[in-house]
Amino acid sequence: MERQVLVIFPHPDDETLAVGGAIAYHAHAGSPVTYACFTLGQMGRNMGKPFFANRETLPLIREKELKDACSILGISDLRMMGFRDKTLEFEDPELLVGIISDLIKELKPSLIITYYPGYSVHPDHEALAFATVEAVRRLPGAERPRIHCQAFSKNHGKALGERDVILDISEVWETKYRAIKAHKTQTAARVEQIERSLAGNAEERKRTIQSLSQEALYTYRF
Amino acid sequence: MKPIRAVEVQRILDQLKKVDLYLHLETTNGAYAGLHNDAATPVGAYIRNGSIRYQRGTIKGEGPYRVGLKMDSGWVYAEGLTDFELDESGRLLLAGHDSEGRITVALELSTTPFPM
Repeated sequence: MERQVLVIFPHPDDETLAVGGAIAYHAHAGSPVTYACFTLGQMGRNMGKPFFANRETLPLIREKELKDACSILGISDLRMMGFRDKTLEFEDPELLVGIISDLIKELKPSLIITYYPGYSVHPDHEALAFATVEAVRRLPGAERPRIHCQAFSKNHGKALGERDVILDISEVWETKYRAIKAHKTQTAARVEQIERSLAGNAEERKRTIQSLSQEALYTYRF
Repeated sequence: MKPIRAVEVQRILDQLKKVDLYLHLETTNGAYAGLHNDAATPVGAYIRNGSIRYQRGTIKGEGPYRVGLKMDSGWVYAEGLTDFELDESGRLLLAGHDSEGRITVALELSTTPFPM
C-alpha cells in the first residue's frame, strides 16, 4: 500500500486509458490517490460517436466525464489545474515544475504516476512528464517519491526495454472498463469494439478480459 | 449540432456582417496521426478569440461546405464544414466531422469572447 499516490496527466481520459488499472489497483488497496489533471481536453477531436459534443460544449462534458471516471476509479482528490489543451509545451517550464513541486510538497506522495518523458507522443504529455521528472529530480535523493511511467510511442520498447512494474488488475478490470465508458466523448468507438468482443465467443471474451486485466509501467530511473 | 442548412447559415452570416466579432478557427487531423500511420504527420492550427469584422460572409458548396469571410484587409477561409448550431449564447458554430464523428475543422463566431 502507498502512503499517497499522485497522478499527473494533462487530459481527462489519460488517467483511465494510460493507467486506469494501476489507479484502481492502488485505490482498491486503500492508498489515497490524488489526480492533478492539467487541462480539460478542450481541443479534443473526438466528439462522441455519433457526435454529441461541439467545440464549446466539449470542456463542460469532459469535466463531467472526468469526475465520473475519477469516482469510478477511486480517486478521492481530483485537482483540475486550469490549463488549456495543447498549450502546456508553450508555458514556461518553470511554471509547471513549480506547480508540481508544490503538489509534492503538500501531498508527500510515495508514488507518482505520469507519462514517460520522451516516449508519450502528445506534446502535452511530454511537457508535463518532463516537468514532473524535473520536479522530483530537484528533491534530495532520500525524499524522492518513486515514479511509474506509461509509454506508448513507436520506439519506446526498443529504447526502454520491458516494463518492470507488472500489475495484476484482474480484480479491477471491470472498474477500469467502467471508467473507459465514462469518457464517452472520447471512447465510444473503442467501447463499441470491446462490447462486440465481450459478446463474442468464449475465446474472444476471455482474450478481451485478459487484455483489460493486465497493466504494466516503467519505473523511471534518474 | 445539425447538418448545415446553407440558407440558414447564410442568413446568420449576413446578420453578423460589419459587427466586431471573436473568431475561433481550427483544423486538425489529431495528435496521434503519426502513431498508427507512418505516412501521416499531425497537422493542426487554431486561433481562439481572434478579433474580426467582415463586410461579406458567404457559405458555398453542396456539402461539405466552404465559408469565406472578406475583411477590409484579408480573408478567413474554412472548408469541409458539415454541421452547424446557433447556440443559446447566440454564437454561430460551424464544424466539419469525419465518418467517425471526429472534428476536422471548426469556424465559430461570437460577439463575446469564447471562454479560455
